[in-house]
Formats: sequence, structure tokens, C-alpha cells
Amino acid sequence: MTSKKIVLHFPLHSVDQPIVYKLVKDFDLQFNILKASVTPQEEGLMVLELIGTKENFDKGMEYLKSCGVTTQPLSKDIVRNEEKCTHCGVCVPVCPVEALTVDPQTRKVIFDNKKCIACELCIKICPPRAMEVNF
Amino acid sequence: MKTIKEINEKIRKGQVVVVTAEEVIDLVAKKGVRKAAEEVDVVTTGTFGPMCSSGAYFNIGHSKPRIKLGGGICKLNEVPLYTGFAAVDVFLGATAVPDDDPRNKVYPGEFKYGGGHIIHELVAGKKVKLEATAYGTDCYPRRKLETYISLKDLNEAVLFNMRNCYQNYNVAVNLSDKPIYTYMGMLKPQLGNANYCSAGQLSPLLKDPYYKTIGVGTKIFLGGGVGYVAWHGTQHNPSVPRKANGIPQAPAGTLAVIGDLKQMKSQWLLGVSMLGYGVTLTVGIGVPIPVLNEEILKYASARDEDIVAQVIDYSENYPQCVGGSLGEVNYAQLKSGKITVKGKEIPTGNLSSYSKARAISEELKSWIKKGDFLLTESVAALPGADSGYTFKPLKEMPSIS
Repeated sequence: MTSKKIVLHFPLHSVDQPIVYKLVKDFDLQFNILKASVTPQEEGLMVLELIGTKENFDKGMEYLKSCGVTTQPLSKDIVRNEEKCTHCGVCVPVCPVEALTVDPQTRKVIFDNKKCIACELCIKICPPRAMEVNF
Repeated sequence: MKTIKEINEKIRKGQVVVVTAEEVIDLVAKKGVRKAAEEVDVVTTGTFGPMCSSGAYFNIGHSKPRIKLGGGICKLNEVPLYTGFAAVDVFLGATAVPDDDPRNKVYPGEFKYGGGHIIHELVAGKKVKLEATAYGTDCYPRRKLETYISLKDLNEAVLFNMRNCYQNYNVAVNLSDKPIYTYMGMLKPQLGNANYCSAGQLSPLLKDPYYKTIGVGTKIFLGGGVGYVAWHGTQHNPSVPRKANGIPQAPAGTLAVIGDLKQMKSQWLLGVSMLGYGVTLTVGIGVPIPVLNEEILKYASARDEDIVAQVIDYSENYPQCVGGSLGEVNYAQLKSGKITVKGKEIPTGNLSSYSKARAISEELKSWIKKGDFLLTESVAALPGADSGYTFKPLKEMPSIS
């Protein structure tokens, strides 16, 4: 199975096409919308996590290309500055996907980058500003 | 049963038995209070949280020609200091921000830099820029000064916190429909999260609830160095309701502490930014509790389950100074990550680092075991639970007729 987070740019003419629906129907891909800004008469942007077999994933990407949708891997990455983090845990309830959790034994905050959807909610609410955005 | 003098003798001989406020819990559960009180000499506590009433005073030394900062303006890295003292004594508050910081004009303000950060940078050995203007006198003719200063070059650099180590604290929630930005962190609408701020079973004053050993003159771990309890802290409020175990159910006692900034460590004094609220200083404090008798040990062995806090609405009740609790929860529940308020299960976040509090209690334990840290007798007691001492609201007087 392949699982990747990708950014889709929809050109104006494709915004009214059911493209994501086709990814599911024709290529048996699971999707998880991380961010979407797709409005009629405008260009659209969507951040998706796509999950499926390698073969279907590649075919799906080909299909997107044929529709004029440009794709790029999600390059925005949230990293934790380990020197700055005090492991207080005030970020934990703010994270919508439980990428930040407290280890019950050590009481340290665990940051699971794989779960992170780069929503950036933790960035400014971190008191020592230990969470950083990398582009 | 034991005296501080006897405990200090054991520390000197390397025979002292020290456990942390966390370790003592299991020990008492296993051996019973009487047996454990015979064995254990000292219990070490710890806390590491934002403490806004922190600051530091400096004597910067006299320039040639002399300048009188008193009555003038003095800034460190553009953050204003208080100058209302003699010629070259200044005070830097943890929550001070540069004059041109936008504050909350762009809401919620980011408050990236301020007094707390400068204290951290000075302790980390960095140089900071001092700019001052003065009115000039016959004996202090200079009107302007611009220089970089570093901690080691200052005459005195003293951390002085007029209130910290709160004995218990509120659990903050938001009942309104919009997010709010508070000193307790960002609170999501409609009970989206509950933030608390205490080390619970490791927190100094929760382990000596009646201030039987902690008093004026108590020697402590402060910011990685040695400090002392200078007085009871501002807003000291020992008369709040207590549980049968003596532990206050709401914010109660506080400490004012003092210590030489030059021997502190930057990892235990951290400038932090509270979105939409301001800057502050996160301070590491550890207080040793001498086990003078069984009663003291019994109090010191309180567990998270035994310590309760009140859930307070910060959208309306707190800002409007209206009392009323939405419920009582204990620290074991808070630490589990979820509590239930008004029938809704909500995730919890702590502003006070438990893992760092634990590290402080361990560090203080190692100092005592190595013989580097002797205990002190307190020279005056803090106002106690039956002293009648209370924390009053402001009585506004529009005129003095």
C-alpha cells in the first residue's frame, strides 16, 4: 500500500469536475482531505492524503495529470525544536489529529510527524514557540 | 522526631535519605507513614511553570561620567525597565514588552519578545543592548548611555519574584462561542479544551499544605541555582476551603522568592509567549521538605487523586470577577487527558511541565545527597490557614470625599 500527502492545484476549468470522486470510484483510492479551498469560477487547492495500492496510486496520479490537475508532494513540514520544548503539554488538546500526545510514564509530549496535517494550530499557541514550520 | 540540625548533620556525613515528592507516595503506601517517617529525612518537590510576577534587578555600575537612571528612561533590547531607584539600579519585569510591540492591536497578539526572554538570554550568557536617557544633575551630568551589557559584568543581578509557586490553581475552560486567548492558553469555544497549571503531587505548597516547614528563609532550588523564600507571595490566600487532608480546593498560598541570577541556568528560566495575552517567564523551583515528624510526611505523601481543583469559565466569570465553579476535578483526572464538565468529555492540557518538575525534584535530591545543599530553618512563618489573612478584591473609590 502507498500512502502519500499531496497538494493538488485545480485549474479553473476543472473545478466543476468530480475528480476526487473518480479517484475513489475508478482507482479504489482512499482519501483524507487535510485542507481544501475549491470554489466555482476560481482555481482550487486541495491537500489530500491518498491511500491505495502502488499501481492504483500511480494510475490515479496519471489521471489527475490528464485532467490538468498539477500535483506536488506536501512539502510543508512541522518540526519540533527539541531544545525549546518544555513538554508542558498545552498543545495537546489543540491538535485536531492527536499528533501531539503525552506519554503517561515520562509525562513528555510525543510529536508524531506522520499524523501531523500541518494545520499550524500548535505554532503560535506554544509558549516557548518550539513548533516550527519548514517549507 | 527529627530536627533540621540533625538532618543537616546527616547531609554532611552523606547519610541523608532523600526521596522526591513522587517517590514518597509509593514508599508511604508500602511501609506506612510511621516507618517511612523514620527512614526518610527530606522530600524534594518541584514545579516548572509560567510565573508572571517574576523580575530581576540589576546594578549596572557607574559610567564615566556618571549618569542617574532614576527618573530617566532605560531599556534592554528595547524593553523598558523600571528606573525609580538610585542612580544605576534598575528592575526588569518578566511581562514587559518593547514600546513598539503591537500588543493586541492585531488580535490575537503574538508577543514574541519581552522581559522574560531577556532574563533567559542574560542567564544564557548573551549580551543585550542597554539604552538610557537621563535628565542630568550636577553630580550625575551624563544624559545618554548606549552600551552592551552581560550578566557577568553587572554588579548585582538578582531574580526576585513577588508571587509564584501557587498552591493549587484553576482549571480554565471557555463556555462562549468563540476562541479566547488567556494566560491559561488558547481556550477553544464551547468547552473545547480544559487547561490547568500545576505540578500536582510534585508541587511544593501542595505537599506542605499548612506551611509547617516552608517559611521565610527556606532555602530552595530557584532557576537552577540556590534561592530563598523571601516572604509570602502577593495574593497569598491561605483561608480558602480545604479538604480533610488539608489541601486547598482553590488557589491559596503563594511564595515570594529571591536568588542570585548569576548562578542560575538558562534551561530553568525561560521566556515564553502567550498568544493574545503577553510574555512571561517560566521558572523552575524546587523546595525541600524536611521530614520532622509523621504528620509532615503524611501531608508530603498526598497523591494527584487527593488534590482537587475548580473548573472556571474564562469567557465570562473570570474576566468579570464573578465566582462560581463548574465542577471539581482531581489531578489524576486532569493528567489522564480528559475530564467531564457539564456532561461533556473534554481534552486537558497542562501549562506546567510535569516532566521538568520531576527533573527539578531529582536535581534537588542529588544536590542534598551530595552534601552540596543544607537545609535552613525558616525564620518566620507564612500567614497560615487560620490566620484570617485573605486576598481582597479592589475597592474602587472614584473620589475621596
